[in-house]
Amino acid sequence: MDYSKILSKKAVALKPSGIRKYFDIAAKLDNVISLGIGEPDFHTPWAIRREAIKALERGKTIYTANAGLIKLREEISRYISDRTGVNYDPDGEIIVTVGGSEAIDLAVRALVEPGDEVIIPEPSFVCYKPIVELTGGVPVIIDTKEEDCFKLRADDLKEKITPKTKLLILPYPNNPTGAIMTRQDLEPIAELLRGTDIMILTDEIYSELTYNRKHFSMISLDGMAERTIYVNGFSKAFAMTGWRLGYMCAPREIVKQAVKIHQFGIMSSPTVSQYAAIEALRNCADDVENMVSEYDMRRRYLVDAFNKLGLTCFDPEGAFYVFPCIKSTGLTSDEFCERLLYSKRVAVVPGTAFGDSGEGFVRVSYAYSRKHLETAIEKIAEFLEEL
Amino acid sequence: MDKLLKLLRTNARLSNAELAVMIGSTEDEVARQIKEYERTGVIKGYSTVFDEEIVSKDYVRAIIELKVTPKAQVGYDDIARHIAQYPEVENIYLVSGGYDLSVTLRCRSLKEVSDYVAQRLATIDGVVSTTTHFFLQKYKESGIMLISEEADERIMQ
Repeated sequence: MDYSKILSKKAVALKPSGIRKYFDIAAKLDNVISLGIGEPDFHTPWAIRREAIKALERGKTIYTANAGLIKLREEISRYISDRTGVNYDPDGEIIVTVGGSEAIDLAVRALVEPGDEVIIPEPSFVCYKPIVELTGGVPVIIDTKEEDCFKLRADDLKEKITPKTKLLILPYPNNPTGAIMTRQDLEPIAELLRGTDIMILTDEIYSELTYNRKHFSMISLDGMAERTIYVNGFSKAFAMTGWRLGYMCAPREIVKQAVKIHQFGIMSSPTVSQYAAIEALRNCADDVENMVSEYDMRRRYLVDAFNKLGLTCFDPEGAFYVFPCIKSTGLTSDEFCERLLYSKRVAVVPGTAFGDSGEGFVRVSYAYSRKHLETAIEKIAEFLEEL
Repeated sequence: MDKLLKLLRTNARLSNAELAVMIGSTEDEVARQIKEYERTGVIKGYSTVFDEEIVSKDYVRAIIELKVTPKAQVGYDDIARHIAQYPEVENIYLVSGGYDLSVTLRCRSLKEVSDYVAQRLATIDGVVSTTTHFFLQKYKESGIMLISEEADERIMQ
């Protein structure tokens, strides 16, 4: 059978993730020291795992409500309210999803019509563009710059707004750059969008992982919650990637559409994970604090180490990545990563995997032990000397 | 716990410069803080965790559970102080539960442990009974894993 004739053109047109390519190369080599992973190296805190075991023992193995366990939605509501001052009604304004990724997918599918423009600041996580393209939407890219610490600037946004603009994706704290948006950074963006029909999708999956200051959310600004879809999840904050659990908080009309799409595509998010997540939100603030403190030490170590090696590195205040500039080597991001991988067996991800504006940078994850990071830095130092 | 202590606990050989970078401080401030910790007795000393099995095989470690009758005025301290003076004793703790003092011994042979317990510990005035547990395998010590870590199964995606 000639499958090329029958496959969906939109599916075929999707490019595989640029991160994956390096994994495939690395997988063929021995003793690779990876700095490429985008998930915590910590185990899920024990209290959360224990709740999951309890749920299994009690036979909690059936579907939940489509929108998720009401108890979990109540905890999410309280948690968001504590952090942002915004109150979402657990009954109708919150949906529990399969990771933050599903929430992003639902948000885009609930809003975007073919031809609608979706503004995406880059470098950013690899999923936004493909998800928009699958709905027939048109991704409109804003290249953020190192001199702006990879923040989204209102002037740049203004230039890209057209009558067709439906949605702005706000991916902060940012993967891969580690950039954050402060209240002062967000205010001009909010000012620009107030009074328009443009919605914001704020992806705050890394909101617990900020270092010099607490995270500030777009929804906390006056009049913004009504035009914002808030996405978060358990993967990064609580080291729960494999549990596949996230959530969306948004105006009732939007959540209503999202619940329908979720109902037909997913039914309900994993039940055992949902019971465990209640414990995460109730009792695991100390565990999160300990992980953040450990990430911060690694972050400071890496920023200093890269700057000393001459690969200048701006101070990333969020997530668990540093984004050093490799332009001084004269190599492209792709060349740098490939040569480093083949000659020193160290895997980092080229900035270009996260958008064209990532050229000249590489993403280095510090979801690794300090010892592992030190070994990798020694190898990178050797690599630079031999260039 | 203070970040500085957290770092030193797992690696006391980090330089002040390295410590300063990781906690976002200065070298001078780190030096001052460590001195202060030493002066006030927060930091009691620095030791090295190494795999003794590789260095020498001829040693035996054991935990001795001691039930004792506390003495008037001084309670358990007097007995603990007496036991602590022996070089074979690595750790000594007063614990809650079925017995009172937990003593870790490091000796050259089983015989030496049993002699030590029979002749030195059991004979102390106030010691009611002893139970000896020999160490079979060490997995983790002072927060440091002595067995190989699990393989990293995470995938770049």
